[in-house]
Amino acid sequence: MSLRILAIDDSRTMRNLLKATLCPAGFEVDIAEDGEDGLKRFDDSDPDVVITDINMPRLDGFGFIEAARQRKRERVVPILVLSTESGDDMKARARASGASGWIVKPFDEEKLLWAIERVASKG
Amino acid sequence: MSGSDKEDFRSSFFEECEELLEMTQDGLDAMADDPHDAEAVNSVFRAVHSIKGGAGAFGLEAVVDFAHKFETALDAIRSGEADLSDDMLGLFRLCGDNLSDLVANARNGDNSPVEASGQLEERLLEITGDLDQEEDTPDFNPVTLDLDAGPAGATELATYNVTFRAKSDLFAAGNEPAALFAALRRIGEVTVEADLKDVPTLSDLNALDCAIVWSVFVTTDRTEADILDVFEFVEDSSEIALVLSDPDVQEALTIAKPLEGVSLTPNAVEMPDLSDLVSELSEPEDTPISPGDPGPKPAEQGATPAAKASEKKTKSANTIRVDLERIDKLINLVGELVIKEAMLSQSVDELDIARGSGVSAALDSLKQIASEIQEGVMAIRAQPVKPMFQRMARIVREAGSATGKQVRFVTIGDYTEVDKTVIERLVDPLTHMIRNAIDHGLESPEDRKAAGKPAEGTITLSAAHRSGRVLIDVVDDGGGINREVVRNLAVERGLIQESDTLTPAEIDHLLFMPGFSSKTEVSELSGRGVGLDVVRSAIQKLGGRVAIHSEPGEGATFSISLPLTLAVLEGMVVEVGGETMVVPISSVQETVRPTETDLDRLGVGSVVLRNRGELVPVVDLGAFFGFRTAPETLEEHVLLLIASDQGPRYALVVDAIQDQRQVVIKSLETNYQQISGVAAATILGDGRIALIIDADTIMRDLGSGGPGEKPMKMAS
Repeated sequence: MSLRILAIDDSRTMRNLLKATLCPAGFEVDIAEDGEDGLKRFDDSDPDVVITDINMPRLDGFGFIEAARQRKRERVVPILVLSTESGDDMKARARASGASGWIVKPFDEEKLLWAIERVASKG
Repeated sequence: MSGSDKEDFRSSFFEECEELLEMTQDGLDAMADDPHDAEAVNSVFRAVHSIKGGAGAFGLEAVVDFAHKFETALDAIRSGEADLSDDMLGLFRLCGDNLSDLVANARNGDNSPVEASGQLEERLLEITGDLDQEEDTPDFNPVTLDLDAGPAGATELATYNVTFRAKSDLFAAGNEPAALFAALRRIGEVTVEADLKDVPTLSDLNALDCAIVWSVFVTTDRTEADILDVFEFVEDSSEIALVLSDPDVQEALTIAKPLEGVSLTPNAVEMPDLSDLVSELSEPEDTPISPGDPGPKPAEQGATPAAKASEKKTKSANTIRVDLERIDKLINLVGELVIKEAMLSQSVDELDIARGSGVSAALDSLKQIASEIQEGVMAIRAQPVKPMFQRMARIVREAGSATGKQVRFVTIGDYTEVDKTVIERLVDPLTHMIRNAIDHGLESPEDRKAAGKPAEGTITLSAAHRSGRVLIDVVDDGGGINREVVRNLAVERGLIQESDTLTPAEIDHLLFMPGFSSKTEVSELSGRGVGLDVVRSAIQKLGGRVAIHSEPGEGATFSISLPLTLAVLEGMVVEVGGETMVVPISSVQETVRPTETDLDRLGVGSVVLRNRGELVPVVDLGAFFGFRTAPETLEEHVLLLIASDQGPRYALVVDAIQDQRQVVIKSLETNYQQISGVAAATILGDGRIALIIDADTIMRDLGSGGPGEKPMKMAS
């Protein structure tokens, strides 16, 4: 069974790119437009991995992670943060918020898949 | 992803940029209204941030660089490090404009920084301080992983031993040692040993602590840094020791461990995930794990994928994006449908079927549905004028600072919907009119104060729907048109005679005459070598009209009236010399059946009509197009009084009025070529082609030498 990925980003361009990168790589992709939407999808679709943007309206990425971590799950779902910054600051914040890893924008296919690979075993 | 995908995403990115730039403007407006509106700052920040993110994906560095600096300054406001001042707001607006320029350039394939960027960036730095420099410039150069590249460091095969101990927060963060070890296989040959000697008995087990210590052997030609990169995400939540391993030791280990029966390869790590145990145990109501409990069954996790997938599909965004071409095609087809419907109606009429019969009832409802479809399709193309109005806000700012005038810009009716094509083609004329209003309309602050007005001038741009047309007004509260000056200039330029008597409205309309410019020097701002006549003809091409209303000392209003759509037109179907033609109803003021006493002859062949206390020149439509010579007597004919925005009224002679109906416009220019006096063509119910006349140009194209020479010249 292919891994199900939930990608959350408020930018349509980013969502398109994420989808276009992940689908051909054999993932099942679900898309959400902000943290709130993301939480709903998170509950609905039970993803194996979540990739989330940070700056979003309604509920930002950190807010999403915090809320997602409160959810009762059979396992802790890996959550990757998509960020334009790569500073230690950001990494520390991502870690503190409960993220499993991060991807620095702009991403390419390799970078994205490599990050996913390090948090979830395929299949 | 394929090249064409990339191209699609690129264009969708630029479309999104338009929305984001609009959001930026809205947010800045909200910030101007309330400097403490945190959500406004946030939304601007997010918009700029999203532009930066997308631009990065397409390698638009000039956009990324500038957006980044802009964003950093916004972040300083957002986090309260800096207070928003009027100056800053002004700077942010300029930055918004600049960002929009950069995006526009990038869209055209020009990825070089715009001139203004440097200066703006410096001013932004004043807000953020040097903090930005050190922190972010090197930051936003993401390290690209080059997994396939060979000789990046070590090239010789070596075996490393990684000792890996997970802390409890590693699992809480959703990380998984098995995944890390699997990922490590990308680097080289991997063997994993689990050292269970520290694992307590079940009764002493604290599921939150992972007592397993893994010993991983990697045989690779990569560097140590490459190996550590695999563990990047868990640097802080694990203990990692990396040593170059002695092959003998490894061999010894791999032989020794199986004896204890606990060797685990990554594939074997499919026992219940520790993370599962962690979450299980943190929920007290769950039954404690007994030795026989295999943990959550994998099957449960993917239990109802189908049901969930369908649920997912039903909830999607409530807008779709459609290629404009498809809509245009649909509009064209609907146009054809309306024509065919008219043809059918006419054929049925000719059959002389009794009213109220099934056929005519069905036909009536067909007509109804066709017109509803038409309206519906037109509505697809309709868009709020807001983005265009926002662009004008920028024009106002720029024109204000270029002329040293303080200008307040007010928009009304931002959500009035107008055909997309009309909106696009309105940008240039409106830009010109607004520049004109600021440059020529508004007085200098000193003059305004002297006249008892506030120093700040106001430009109001409004849009509204009125009886099937769109009205757009550009209003300034300046000095109004100085008719004395305008008249003198017109005489000087030979546009009118010194002796001509002109009404105030006629003087105002001189502004629209080709070659008229009320400032002696071609002003760099509104001039650009074109006059308001260009504005007028651009509006006319859209089937619209421009009118001026001016009160001395109080300002001027330029009113544009446009059809809602460019695809249909309300027309009067008339007959002239055996030909059927269509006159746009918007230009017909009234219809008159003349009696001999209404008409006066001026010289040879010139006739004028007395109407409402004015003498109106009479033009024979048939003669204009050369169908016939002008009839001797007009009593058997009908006169259409044509009201033109650009000159005096005139009367068109036609033989009869057949009908008044909506006609579908078929462009002559795309199918044939432009013809003087003809705006377009249409197909009538009987399938014949009828020309739609251009009432405004007929008067102009009669030229000198035709009947009523003098007023004609006025109108040119």
